[in-house]
Order: sequence, then structure tokens, then C-alpha cells
Amino acid sequence: MHPIFASIAIAGPETVLTLGSLAALMLGTFSGQGRALTVTSLFAVAILALAGFTLLDAPAASTIAFDGLYVADAYSAYLKVIILVAAAASVLLALPWLKDSNTGRFEYPVLMLLATLGMGIMVSANDLLTLYVGLELAALPSYVLAAFHRADERSAEAGLKYFVLGALASGILLYGVTLVYGFAGSTQLDVIAGIVSGQSERSLGLLFGIVFILSGLAFKVSAVPFHMWTPDVYEGAPTPVAAFFSAAPKAAALGLMARVLVVAFPGKVAPDWQQIIMFIAIASMALGAVAAVAQSNIKRLLAYSSIANIGFALVGLSPGTPAGISALLFYISVYVAMTLGSFLVVLQLRTADGRPAETLADFAGLSKTRPGLALAMAVFMFSLAGIPPLLGFWPKFAVFQAAIDAGLIGLAIIGFIASVVAAFYYLRLIKIMYFDEPAGAVESVGGPVNGAMIAACALVCSPLGMLAMSPLALATSRAAAALFPA
Amino acid sequence: MPILSIMILLPVVAALVVATLPGGEAERAGRARVVALATTLIELALGIWLWAAFDQTTAAFQFAEKRPLFAPYLDWSLGIDGIALMLIALSVFLMPLCILASWESVQKRVPEYMAAFLLMESLMIGTFAARDIFLFYLFFEGGLIPMFLIIGIWGGARRIYASYKFFLYTLLGSVLMLVAMLWMVGFAGSADIGALSRTDFPADAQFWLFLAFFASFAVKMPMWPVHTWLPDAHVEAPTAGSVILAGVLLKLGGYGFIRFSLPMFPDASAQLIWLVFALSMVAVVYTSLVALVQHDMKKLIAYSSVAHMAFVTGGLFALNSQGIEGAMVMMLSHGLVSGALFLCVGVIYDRLHTREIGRYGGLADTMPKYALVLLFFTMASVGLPATSGFVAEFLVLLGLYQTSTWATFVLTTGIILGAGYMLWLYARVAYGKAAGEDTRAMPDLNAREIAILAPIVVATLWMGIYPKSFMAPMKPAIAEVVARLEGRELATVPTDMTLSPLKADMALPALAAPAHAAETH
Repeated sequence: MHPIFASIAIAGPETVLTLGSLAALMLGTFSGQGRALTVTSLFAVAILALAGFTLLDAPAASTIAFDGLYVADAYSAYLKVIILVAAAASVLLALPWLKDSNTGRFEYPVLMLLATLGMGIMVSANDLLTLYVGLELAALPSYVLAAFHRADERSAEAGLKYFVLGALASGILLYGVTLVYGFAGSTQLDVIAGIVSGQSERSLGLLFGIVFILSGLAFKVSAVPFHMWTPDVYEGAPTPVAAFFSAAPKAAALGLMARVLVVAFPGKVAPDWQQIIMFIAIASMALGAVAAVAQSNIKRLLAYSSIANIGFALVGLSPGTPAGISALLFYISVYVAMTLGSFLVVLQLRTADGRPAETLADFAGLSKTRPGLALAMAVFMFSLAGIPPLLGFWPKFAVFQAAIDAGLIGLAIIGFIASVVAAFYYLRLIKIMYFDEPAGAVESVGGPVNGAMIAACALVCSPLGMLAMSPLALATSRAAAALFPA
Repeated sequence: MPILSIMILLPVVAALVVATLPGGEAERAGRARVVALATTLIELALGIWLWAAFDQTTAAFQFAEKRPLFAPYLDWSLGIDGIALMLIALSVFLMPLCILASWESVQKRVPEYMAAFLLMESLMIGTFAARDIFLFYLFFEGGLIPMFLIIGIWGGARRIYASYKFFLYTLLGSVLMLVAMLWMVGFAGSADIGALSRTDFPADAQFWLFLAFFASFAVKMPMWPVHTWLPDAHVEAPTAGSVILAGVLLKLGGYGFIRFSLPMFPDASAQLIWLVFALSMVAVVYTSLVALVQHDMKKLIAYSSVAHMAFVTGGLFALNSQGIEGAMVMMLSHGLVSGALFLCVGVIYDRLHTREIGRYGGLADTMPKYALVLLFFTMASVGLPATSGFVAEFLVLLGLYQTSTWATFVLTTGIILGAGYMLWLYARVAYGKAAGEDTRAMPDLNAREIAILAPIVVATLWMGIYPKSFMAPMKPAIAEVVARLEGRELATVPTDMTLSPLKADMALPALAAPAHAAETH
């Protein structure tokens, strides 16, 4: 058998997603006018599930495919589970909105599938070029998705802004890749590691390469100082799209970042990038916490919250230890549940005149008008604020534990203080929902599927979710170990 | 039988039941009250059983449970010693009274209110029963959520400001403690509180660890100058919220000191007594003076709480058994007495809807039963012999005298000032002429209110006349803490007032002759 077939088999999820997205396009085109959206969406969810099932069959040890361009290991498998689940949830949660807003075009789930494919490639990339291909494949559908509400000026603006800045970041990243190639002589991550550890003195060109690559990736995870697009895009893009942006792509880009840094630049170059990551982490936590205080739009608030959360997650990357990576994966998993849950609640609400509830004032007195939704939102907010016993506290705990065990006590103290500042605006939303009087009637739209997803996310973030910590810790530490060759 | 788990989980289950009760609004409110009262009474019964079954001769953790449910982050590890037992007993004793006190005064969103209180009870018991340091943190911090909601939803006019202040102040203190905890567990390789208490941390690390824990406990305590959240939170909280705040939540700081700071950082504790003494002395004098000029009854009692809590810190950092025992009795006594005083304020607030002292007067004529009860608790707060306050203050001063006579001298002035503001409060409320017709028309205590206040009167008298019942379970645990502190090098504090017959000994003095201490009182 030709080795390409073996490689295709190893890249099971990507193969399924590639074929599936093409099939979905066909299906959408040929199914009747009214049904195309529903049929394609359900088909897309089935494809995502199928891609997930191929992971069950994944080889236990790290396996290289496509001549070293692609790697399937426990790390990529773990992240793909998160990405696939988040993507499936994003497809489902958009359904009522798409039907409602007369943009009910079946391309939506197809674009989602393509973006998910790109993310799968991202977390499995073992080569800087695969990385770039995956990143672009994930990004291009995202630009379209951001502008999906094309009649709405804000949506078009968000798409354009995202595209221009994203293209710039890709350029920077690509420039970094060429520098690394020039000074290390390879684009394959493990080969770079070998060459770099053989070099006797620090190569300035390589350092520049790392900085450029990190800048490009920081844009993708929306870390400070490359975060500027996030609030605007979240606010302008349709809410389901913003929900999607806040979950799966973040998981993929963080996973990618960790792999590139840990695998390609270990040992004596590690302190160089650790400094950069620490700076990015501190800046993101601080800015995310402070800037959100002044927001009155819930989507902008959640955007700043996601910036702050990326900062916390990067604290786990700073020490570059297996425990830190494990904590990072734990953080991503819980973060996806919290952010998807929050966006689901936002998506669910309409003010009395049928407008989507987007300002904080629209949430006034929600605990009286919609007690269930208010309770779920309160759980997400307390969880995002990191108050025990809600699950959201424990990933913070894990990343800071990893940082302190590596001696980064200052980082931990700054991080915790930032989390106190951040608690202020999470509390503000709770205050508005629970302490204020209702401003007007609030409608709850969206089908039972969205309701069930909100309940599931709230259950995960509630103290009951703590029971999942042991199995999660087991899985994340196994996944993290895959990045560190014994 | 995993009694501690049951005591922690039962209120949670009850809270879920209360929150999801069927029926119309009035029906739900009625049922919620009954379920909440029944649950807290069952908890009280379990607490009494716990006390009865407790082995008072050992300092070991009893009723131990350990399940690695949340490995590797923390274990569900529970167990209590005498100190924890007494504080759990205080919590379960006050809880049914709080529910009863809110029976009529809370009419808004009753099921949610009862659910918040039940969650609060669960978290408080958990805080005292946790043996894993991170489990302790979980309960310790988790208590912020229900209290935030209680103040914010059912509080008074400035409730939102007060709830934020309460939440953020205490959170900021606690995160520093968490950093320290993470470091300690990394150092010691175990998160078990018992094991950590036996770990000798390096002396220079102890200094920073102590300060990190101090940041958290000083806010919870609260000590001057980080006490400012307390008057705001108290004034805006509903009556029962104030009772729980004063009765139990303020004890978390003292409990933290005795459970963590003293045994885990004995060297730093001995070195930093000057800091604690200085803050305690300022607190006693300053907050007593502030209490004197208050027009709001709740604010006055809140400031008096800060002063009483300064006695607790003074006693704890006397670093000898009398001082620590006195501090523990002070915590229990203050839990009862200030809780009762807030309930007394609640009684007249329900009738006149103002806490302004000037709006009352002449209650001794119009509400004789009430005036009697208020007089009793005023005296208990002042520390009249035969009440619990006397035992507490006497022991604290006795212990403190051996460590620093100056601190003893300044703290003693607190008793005089305390008598000043409490008696003046009583005089303005109960004597003189009624401020208006509506004041004169207030009915006296009804049966429900008597049922709430009578048990506290009995407990206060019991603790004042026969304190051994309350001190016996704690003695072995306190002896263990004192053993950890023995022989540590003390900071140089002005120990000698020249009149003192004791030598200015730099090592921790052993038990002093009671005769010397008696002179100071």
C-alpha cells in the first residue's frame, strides 16, 4: 500500500471532515429550498461526531504522517475532542437564529466544517508549513462567518476588520516561519528542536523568528497586544458566530502555540519565549480585567473576558512544564464550557421589541423574569470570576499551581490580583440580574436544544462539575506528556 | 456514619428543594420557611449529637472522612477537633434562630432567601470541618457567594455598594492566601492540614507566608485598618444576615489564625506579635471611640464587633494557653452576644423601620420584656461577671499580660470604653421619653421573638457561669497549638511596665502565676 494511504488513515478526523464538508455542500445544494439549512446542519453535526469517533481508533503512541508534516498523538486527540464538541455545539446553537433572521443559508454549517478541519490540522501540525495551512484554512471561513449577516453593516464591518487584521497577522507569522527556517534550516518542529539544541550560542535571527511567530499566534488567540480586533468582531459578528469564535478557535490556537513552543524550542531557548509568554499573559490578564469594567455591551464584555481568560491560560504555558501544559488543557476545556454557556444565554434573550438583548441594561431583573436563565448566567459569571466551589476556579488553580511549582510566584500573584479586578465586572452582571428591578419583559427564544445546551454547560460549571476533575486531570496529563519526549 | 458529610450536604439538598418548590408565591414562601426551619433544626440535632459523641481527651481529628473524589487537586477530607466542634456548634445553634428571625421580616423572594441561608450553613460547616487545605479554601471562599446575594438582594438602601465592598475586599485578601497555600503544599508535599501543621517551614519563608495568610484573615476578622467593609455590610444586611455575619463569618478569621497561622508559622507568629498587638490596640481604642458617636444602632454594634475581635487577635497572639482559650471563648461569646444584639435591633426595626437611635427611647416603660433582654445582652457585651463576655475578656487579658503588659493595658481601656458606648446606647433606647407616638405604640416581644432570644440568654449565662462545658473540648487542641509555639523567639515588645513583677524574658514564658494577672483586672 502506498504510504499516502497510511497517512490518510492516521489523519482520520481530517479525512472525514474533508469528505464530509464536500458532501455537505452537495447536500445543501440539492435538498429543497426550505429544508437545506436544517438538513445540512444536522449532517454537519453527524460528520463532526463521526470525526470524533475516528479518534477512538487513534494510535496510542505519537504517530507521524505525511513525511513528518502531521502528527497524531494524545495531545492532538484531546484538543480535537474539545474542538469537535465546541464546533458541534456552535452549529446547533446557530440553528434557531439562522431560521429566524432570514439569512438561513445552508453554507453556514459547511463553513463551520471547513474551519473545524483547519483547526484539526492546526493542533496536529508538526511542521511550520502545515501550521500555516491549518491556520489559514481555519481563518478564511471565519472571515466569511463574521460577515455572514451581510445586510447588517456591523457584521460586514466585523468581517472586513477581521480579514484585514488577520491577513496582517498571517503575514507576520509567515515572516517568522521564514526566519526560523533560515536560521535553523528546517520547518519541521522536532528537527528544529534538534538543530537548536545543537547550536552553541543564541541565534538572534532565530529569536526574531520566534517573536514573529508568537506575534502571529497571539493575534489568533487574541492576546494583548494583538487583541484589538476581538471586541469589535465579537460585537459586530452575529452572536452565534461570536460564540463560535470564542470557543473552538481559541482552543486550537492555544494548543498550536503550546506545541510549537514546547516541541520546537525546548531547553536553552525556552527561557526566551517564556519571557514573552509571561509578558503576554500578564498584559492580557490585566487589560482584559480593566478594560471590561467600562463595557456596557454584553458581547464586548465577553470579548474582554475571553482576552483575560487567554491570559490565565497562558500562565499555564509560561513554565513550559508537563504540569503547566496539562493545566493549560484543563483551562481550555472548562473555558469552552463557560464561554459557550454565556453566549448561549445571550443568544436566547430578546427584549420586548424583538431586539436581541445585547446591552447590560437588557439583563436588568432577569432573575425575576427568567429565573432559570439568570441562574445559569450567574453560574457562568461566578465560574468565569473563578470563585470556588464553581468549576471555573479549578483551572485557574491548576495553572497557578504549575506556575508556583516552577518558581513563578510573582506571575501568580499578579494573576490572582487581576482575577479580583475581573471579578468586579462579572459581579456587575450578577448585580444587574439579581439586584436590579426588571426594565421590561424579556422574551426567551430558541428551541429546546439550546435550552438543553445551556443546562448542560451550567451543570458542568456548577460544583457538580468538580466530579469530572479527576478523569480530566488524567486525560490532560496524558495529553501533555505526549509533547515531552521521554 | 459519615456525619460531617451529611451535615454539609443536607442543607445543600434542602436548598435545592426549597428553590424548586411548587405552588404559588405565598404557598412557596410558607413551605420554604418550614423546610428551612426543619433542616436547620435537624442540623442542630446532628450538631448536638456530634458534641455528645466527641472525645474530649484528645487533640486528634475525629469523625475523619477521606475520599479522593477530586484528585489530584484536592481530597474530600473532613475531620474536626475541639476548636472546629465548638464553632460548628455555634453555627448550627444560630442558624434556626436566623430562620425564625426572618420569618416575618423577609417577604421578598422567600424561597431564594432560605436557599441562600441553607447554602451558607453548609459552607460554614464545611469550612470548619475541612482537613484538606484546598477544601478549606473552597468552603471559605464559597461563602462569599450566598452572602453577596443576601446583602445585595435583601439588604437596605446602600446594599449594592456594601455587597461589592464585602465581596471584593475579602476576595483580594484570600487570593494572596491561596498563593501561599499553593507554595506550602508544593513545599510540604501534602495538602493535609494536620501534616502541614507539623511541617517546619523555613523561617524566612514563614515570614511571607504569614503575611499572605494575614492578608486574608485580617480582612475576615476584621482588623483595623481593613475593617471598613464590616459596618457597611452589617448596616445593609437583613437582620439574619447580620447575625450570621457577626456570629459565624467573623469567626473564620480567628479560626484561620488558630488553625493555620499559629501552628504552621510559629516563628513568624512570634516575630510578628508586635504587628498584631499594634493593630489590636489601635482597633480597640479607635473603633470604640467611633462606636461612641454612631447614630445607627447596627453600625454601633458593628464597630463594637471590631473592638471585640481585637480582643480575639490579642488573645491569640499572646501565644499561651490562657490567651488562646480566652480568644476562643471570646469568639463563641461574641457570636452569641452580638448575634443577639443584632436580633434585638431587628425586633424594633421590624416595628419602626428605622435604626436611628434618636427615634427610640422609653422602651423600658412601653416594652418591659424587650428592655430586660436588651439590658442582659448589653451587660454581656460589656463583660459583666456571670455572662460569657466576662470569662472571655478575663482569660484574654490574663494571657496577654504575660506577653505584653502594654497591650494588656490598652486593651483594658477597651472594656471601659465598651461599657461607655453600650450603656449609653441602652440609656438612649430604653430610658427617657419615647421619641414619638409611633415609638410609644410599639408592642412588646411576641412569642416567636421570645423563642428566638431565650435560647441565647441561656447559652450566654451557661458560658458565663460554667465555661468548662465549652472549654473542655477545646483544651487538648489548644494545648497542641501552644506546644508548637513553645520556645519560639519572641519579637521585642514592651513587655515590662516596671510595675510588673515578671521578668522581661525574651523566650516565651511558661504559665504565669494567676495572682499577677488578677491585679490587672
